[in-house]
Amino acid sequence: MSKQRVKFTFPQDLITIPVIYELGKEFSIITNIRRADVTEDRGWVILELEGELPEIERGLAWVATQGVRVDPVQGDILAG
Amino acid sequence: MSSPGFATALRCRECHRESAMEPIYVCDFCFGPLEVAYDYEALRKVVTRESIERGPASIWRYADLLPCDREYAVDIQAGFTPLIKADRLGKELGLNHLYLKNDCANPTWSFKDRVVTVAATKAREFGFTTLACASTGNLANSVSAHAARAGMDAFVFIPNDLEQGKIIGSAVYGATLIAVDGSYDDVNRLCSELAGKYPWAFVNVNMRPYYAEGSKTLGYEVAEQLGWRAPDHCVAPMASGSLYVKILKGLEEFAKLWLIDSVQTKMSGAQATGCSPIVTAWKSETQDIRPVVPKTIAKSLAIGNPADGYYALEAMARTGGYGVAVDDDEIVAGIELLAQTEGIFAETAGGVVTASLKRLAEQGRLARDEVTVAFITGAGLKTQEAVAGVLEPPLHVQPTITSFEEALGARNTVAAASAQ
Repeated sequence: MSKQRVKFTFPQDLITIPVIYELGKEFSIITNIRRADVTEDRGWVILELEGELPEIERGLAWVATQGVRVDPVQGDILAG
Repeated sequence: MSSPGFATALRCRECHRESAMEPIYVCDFCFGPLEVAYDYEALRKVVTRESIERGPASIWRYADLLPCDREYAVDIQAGFTPLIKADRLGKELGLNHLYLKNDCANPTWSFKDRVVTVAATKAREFGFTTLACASTGNLANSVSAHAARAGMDAFVFIPNDLEQGKIIGSAVYGATLIAVDGSYDDVNRLCSELAGKYPWAFVNVNMRPYYAEGSKTLGYEVAEQLGWRAPDHCVAPMASGSLYVKILKGLEEFAKLWLIDSVQTKMSGAQATGCSPIVTAWKSETQDIRPVVPKTIAKSLAIGNPADGYYALEAMARTGGYGVAVDDDEIVAGIELLAQTEGIFAETAGGVVTASLKRLAEQGRLARDEVTVAFITGAGLKTQEAVAGVLEPPLHVQPTITSFEEALGARNTVAAASAQ
C-alpha cells in the first residue's frame, strides 16, 4: 500500500460535484481530508490517498479528467 | 552523534505543532509546510557581530543560525558574495543608494548553492547517500556539484526539452540525468511519487525545511555588508516565493538577535508576466493564489504553483512592498541594462529584477534616497539564448586599418541614423 498527499484545486463549476466521494467509490482508494478552503468561486482540498500505487495513479488521472487540478501537496518540485 | 546547534524542532507554519528534526516536509497533522525553529535566547548569548566576522567567507560564517552540524558541512564555498554599490544603474534609474547583491559569484553561478549546501549537509547528517532534485537549470547544477564534493550519488530530473548548455552544467559533475517526457506538471507528479518511494534526499522535498534556510543568509549578508543595518527596500525575484520570504526572515532574525536595529524594510517581489501567480494575487488583493501554466523566457522563475506564494503575499502586505510583473521584452532589456551599466551579466531572473527596479522607480515606488538592494540570483552564461538575438554582431574586418575604420564608420552612421 502507498500513501500520497495531494492538493485538489476546484474551479467554480465543480465545487458542487462530489469528486472526492466518487474517487473513493470508483477506485480502491481511501481518502482522508486534512485541510480545505472553499469559497463561492473556487476551492482547494489537501488530502491523503492510500491504496496501491497504480490505483492511486489511475484515480488521480480520473480526477484530472474531471477538470480538477491535482498538485503535490508541497507545491511545484521542479525548480529553476 | 550530530548536533544541529541551536535548531530545536520543525514547526508547522499553519497549525504551529512541532515535530522532531527528521527528513520530513509537511506536518503530520494538517499537512502544512514545516519550518525550522531555533532557540533565540541561547543564540543571543553566543552570536555577536565579532563572532560572525571571525567566520569563513561563505554562508558557514552563520553556521550557528543554520539547522545543521558544521562537522558534516558539504562546502564548496557558497555565499558571502559581493554587495556592489550600483552608481551607474542608480543614476539611470534616479536612485542614489542602489546596491546589487551579486549571487552570480557563487560556485555554480547561482544562489542555489546557498540552499543546496545546507540540504546536502543535512542529508549527510541524516545518513543519505543520494541527493536528488527536479530542475530546469540552476538547482540541477548545484545539486550535482555538491553531490560530487560529498562523494554522494546524484539523480537529477529535467524536462526533455532542456537546452544542451544546462545539461552539460550538471552532467560534468557525474550526476545521473533523467529527461522526463511530458509537461512540467508531469515532472512534478513523477518526482513527488519518487520522493515517497526511494530513500533519497530530495533537496526541495524531504530536505525542504532545511534547504529553505540557506536563503536567509542573503538577508544576513546584506545587513552585514551594509555595515550592520537593514536596507530600506529590497527587490527580489519570486519563483516559489521561498527566497523572497527568507531574505526577510534573515533580516528579522538579525534584529531578534540584537545584531541590527529593528527592520523597516519594504519587500518588493518581481515575476515574469508569463508566470506571475503571486503578483496577480497581490494586484487582485486576494490571498488566493491560482496556479498557472508558465510561459516565459525566465525559466528559473517558472513555478506555476508556488509553494510559498501565500507567505510571500503576507510578507509583501506586512512590509508595504510591491509586486511587479515584467514581460519578456522588458526582461531582455533588463539584462542588457544591468550588463551595460554595472558589468554584471545576469540570467533571465536578473533581467526580471532589473526591469522591475526600473518600473518601480518610474512609478515613484522606490524613493531616490532609500537604501535599495536588488538581488541578482544567477549568471547570464546559463541563459545566453535569451539575449543572443538582440545584441550587436561583431564587426568583420580585413586585417588592415582602412578596413577597420570603414567598418567602424559604417556602424557609427547606422547608429546615428537610428538614434534620430
